[in-house]
Amino acid sequence: MKLPLLTALNAERAARRAAILVTNLASGEQRLVREAEIDADPLAGALHDALRRGKSGIVAESPEGEVFLNVQVPPTRILVIGAVHISQALAPMARIAGFDVTIVDPRTAFATPERFPNVELLDVWPDEALASRPLDRYTALVALTHDPKIDDPALDAGLRAECFYIGALGSKKTHARRVERLRDAGFDEAAIARIHAPIGLDIGAVSPAEIAVSVLGEIVGELRRDRRRRP
Amino acid sequence: MTDAATPVATDEDILAAAQAWREAGRGVAIATVVETWGSAPRPVGSHLVIDEEGDFLGSVSGGCVEGAVISDALDVIESGAPRMLEFGVADETAWRVGLSCGGRIRVYVERVE
Repeated sequence: MKLPLLTALNAERAARRAAILVTNLASGEQRLVREAEIDADPLAGALHDALRRGKSGIVAESPEGEVFLNVQVPPTRILVIGAVHISQALAPMARIAGFDVTIVDPRTAFATPERFPNVELLDVWPDEALASRPLDRYTALVALTHDPKIDDPALDAGLRAECFYIGALGSKKTHARRVERLRDAGFDEAAIARIHAPIGLDIGAVSPAEIAVSVLGEIVGELRRDRRRRP
Repeated sequence: MTDAATPVATDEDILAAAQAWREAGRGVAIATVVETWGSAPRPVGSHLVIDEEGDFLGSVSGGCVEGAVISDALDVIESGAPRMLEFGVADETAWRVGLSCGGRIRVYVERVE
C-alpha cells in the first residue's frame, strides 16, 4: 500500500466518514473509494452492497478480476444525553463492549468528572455538543433526561442523521407527549417509530445498572440486526 | 487509551500506527484477513501491522498463526512483493502453524511503500 493512500484512509476514519479500499489481488493495484465517490466507480454496485452490509470481502469475478474490498466504517459510538445514574453504569459497560462513549448534559451538577471518570463528558446543551460532533449512521443516540428541553433537540437531530439506534427513556405517557411534539415538528410515523421507547430490551430491568444492560443489549441488537435469529 | 476498559487496539489504531511507523522511516507491512472459512477467530478485514524489527500490532487470528505471518511479513518488507498466505486444517503445516479452531483463513501481506 502506498503511504499517501494509507494516510488518506486514516484521514477518512478520523473524520468519521466511510470509505472502501479496493485491492486487486492479482496485480496488487489499490484505490481508495470514499462514500461520496462510489457512484462514479466501475464497481459501484459491489461497493454499495459491501458498505450497506458493513462487511469486507472478496469479489471473485469482478470486471477487474479478483478484488478485495476492505470496508472501513467509523467506529461505532454511543452519544448519551443525560449524565444520570443509568449513564454512570452504561458508560463503562459500553466501553468494554467496544463503543466510544460521549455523555452530554448541560446541568453541571450532574455532569461532573467525579461521576464519569474516563468518559468524554460535555456539560453543554445538545445543540452545542452536536455542532462539534455531528451525529451519523454509526452513532447510537440514547436520551435519558426525560426533559424535553434537553432530549428533544437531540432526538430531532438523531432522526435526521439516521442514527443506527435511537432510544428515549420515559413512561408511556411521557413518550406519548414526545410523539405529539415530534409530529408537530413534521416527523412522520415511520420516523417516530424508529425511536425505541420504552427504552431497552424487555428483561424486567429494575436498577440503573440493569436498565443500562437492557439499553446496551438493544443497541448491539440494532448494530448486528442482520445476524439476529429473530429479526 | 490505556485504561483497562479498552484492552484491544482498534483497527483505527492499527492503521494509524502503520502510518506513523512508516513516516518515522521504518519498513512496514500490513497483513489483512481477506477470506475465512469455518470458525475463523478474526473477521475478514482484520489487520496485523509489522515493522522491520518484527514489532507488531493487531491480530489476524488471535495468536494461532501470527508468528508465521510476521516471518512472511519480514520477507515482504525486504522484497516489496505482496504475498497471499493461507492457513488452516487442509494445510500440511496445520499441526505446526494451524488454527486450533479448525477454520481456514487467507491473509494478504503487503509492504507500505
